Amino acid sequence: MQQKNSIRFRIVDFLLILMMIIPVTVLIVVKLLTNVPAEGISVTGAKIYFEISMPFQNLLITESQINSWMVMISITGLCLYLTHGIGVKVKNRRQHLAEWIVEKTDNLVKGNMGEYFMAFSPFIGAILGLSAFSSLICLFGLYSPTSDINVVGGWAILTFILITYYKSKCGPWVYIKSFGDPVTLLAPLNIISEVATPISMAFRHYGNVLSGSVISVLLAAGLQGLSSMVLGWLPGVLGDIPFLQIGIPAVLSIYFDVFSGCLQAFIFAMLTMLYVSGAFPMEEYFKRKKKKQTKAMSN
Amino acid sequence: MEIAIAIILGCCALGAGTAMIAGIGPGIGEGNAVAKACEAIGRQPECKSEVTSTMLMGCAIAETTGLYALVIAILLIFVAPEMFIELLINYK
Repeated sequence: MQQKNSIRFRIVDFLLILMMIIPVTVLIVVKLLTNVPAEGISVTGAKIYFEISMPFQNLLITESQINSWMVMISITGLCLYLTHGIGVKVKNRRQHLAEWIVEKTDNLVKGNMGEYFMAFSPFIGAILGLSAFSSLICLFGLYSPTSDINVVGGWAILTFILITYYKSKCGPWVYIKSFGDPVTLLAPLNIISEVATPISMAFRHYGNVLSGSVISVLLAAGLQGLSSMVLGWLPGVLGDIPFLQIGIPAVLSIYFDVFSGCLQAFIFAMLTMLYVSGAFPMEEYFKRKKKKQTKAMSN
Repeated sequence: MEIAIAIILGCCALGAGTAMIAGIGPGIGEGNAVAKACEAIGRQPECKSEVTSTMLMGCAIAETTGLYALVIAILLIFVAPEMFIELLINYK
């Protein structure tokens, strides 16, 4: 049943796989070349590679920016690889995977936002993929971009813009009126809660990922101390090797890196969907649309 | 001068520890949520996946206050001491 692929198809396949692998490999090599082994417990932010002078403030190109761009290139390569040679007639196995991903995302968006927001499906899929892969990149020993608040804050601001756009879809007057919803006295509180939405979204994602990395650093340092205390009597080089560091951090890493990263990606996408669909006054909008149509018809 | 710096370091550590008392709240709240979810699954095992995803959502939102405390504690440990010591030196 499986047809022989042409040579051109295989070459493109190979190039796409390279596109997936090369960015991560480059990051690992750069990390290995520039990393200075730290003594004891050291928790630092993203490393600053270089600065670009700008009128108000210098633009810092940090590790988190470079890593997130490389993740984006990798994900693009993955998507192109999965959809390469796609057709009405299923030709290869990867098409099933691609269709499965698209179907699941569509179902998720349809279940949480409704039919009207079906155009959001690619955006939600992109947020899910980018967030999950950015968190999972720390399995390679790289700095994960999601443990930098600037990256996650950018996504949260994007969500905030979407929320505001959908809230003001019935005109600016309805948007302003929505702040004094039950009583006009509550307007300041409503404004605060409106601003708190992106802040809490950013803090939730970044805090979860950062707390995992801080705990793993503490655990590594603690295990090193413990193994030098317990196994320090071994002769020569054997006494210096921290044997207890083998294996034990990996168990916690399954929770803190894999599970927590994927869960936070899911929650971020879920909250985006709920907030955006909740902000849209659907009945009011359709009432106005109908009124406009009847007006145009009578004219 | 040394005493002032020591007081700053000690107070930052104390403040971080005190801030993390906020971890109690999310712990109790998430425990309640998970207990109720277990009850619901026990009563109706067929809607396990829906209950689980709703529970995870609720847990993530209940966790927010704890994470605020965590962010404040991390700032107090890793960022604040240097800032305060710099302020002190400049003040002199």
